[in-house]
Amino acid sequence: MANTYTLISSNTLSSSAASVTFSSIPSTYTDLVLRISSRSSAGAVQRIMNIEFNADTTTKYSDTLLTGDGSTATSTRESAVTIALIGYMPASTATANTFGNAEIYIPSYNSTSSKPFSSATVSETNATAAYIRNAAALYTGTSGISSLRITPSSGTMDIGSSFYLYGIKNS
Amino acid sequence: MASTYEPIATTTLGSAASSITFSSIPATYTDLRVVLVGTTTATANCWLTFNSDGATNYSDTLIYGTGASAGSNGHSSATKIVLNGSGNTNTSTPTFYSADIFSYAGSTYKTCLTIGNGDLNGSGDVNCAVGLWRSTSAITSVILTAGSSTWKTGTTATLYGIKSA
Repeated sequence: MANTYTLISSNTLSSSAASVTFSSIPSTYTDLVLRISSRSSAGAVQRIMNIEFNADTTTKYSDTLLTGDGSTATSTRESAVTIALIGYMPASTATANTFGNAEIYIPSYNSTSSKPFSSATVSETNATAAYIRNAAALYTGTSGISSLRITPSSGTMDIGSSFYLYGIKNS
Repeated sequence: MASTYEPIATTTLGSAASSITFSSIPATYTDLRVVLVGTTTATANCWLTFNSDGATNYSDTLIYGTGASAGSNGHSSATKIVLNGSGNTNTSTPTFYSADIFSYAGSTYKTCLTIGNGDLNGSGDVNCAVGLWRSTSAITSVILTAGSSTWKTGTTATLYGIKSA
């Protein structure tokens, strides 16, 4: 039986970058999985990690976030926004050499109706600024996803940040 | 490289159904993963059961977020494992569910990790649960139910097998 969890493309940063884009994503899979290890250069302990599809920056995104910081759990929401928040990554004042990890699962990415997607992100730093976050998100664009872009809310992503995009077939 | 992530079966509903069942699951994998994207005919809590076991052999512990608050709860000696605890299904906007079922063919009790994430652009919630089925039988069937509702036409569920070697 065919192996259906296939690497489409990857990018490990050799220089800092304000965004990472995967384009020309083939439509031959059922679902997409994006795995990220990243850190931001911004002057903060953490930075938001965002995703957008098909270079669409209209208000077609929404997300619901569940966050645990080691002492409390909270939940927040964004509606009709121009980019989806999928989690956070450690930034320049976080413990040195720590990177956050994320997995974003995008089912039925070729669908011509609204597309839900899900993310899990973690940043453990052996300090008080450590987080685990799960997000439910929605993209109401009606075209299949052929490109995606990851951006921090400010600053750049550090050298060594890595991004792996996989395709999954259900048959 | 060996094939380690394989589709066992997939179902796209041609008509509404109260449950989706994957049966005759081979014991040749290490773990199972179920992915479902779908809508329901009414808001519902969704559940997972194994081998048609309707007895009180299940338990789960859930953490959830509603966009305004977060909490945790659980069920002991239950008849099913939670996929979403807050009824985040929708009649038109699809929501996402997954279940990772570990060592499903073994003779020890079975644990799983479930996700039920549905954002509805102004409502919806995030659910993550650990579930336990207190049975020493290998899992040969997985049943996904939409509580008191039904899965709508177009709902798609896929069962994958994962091999450790």
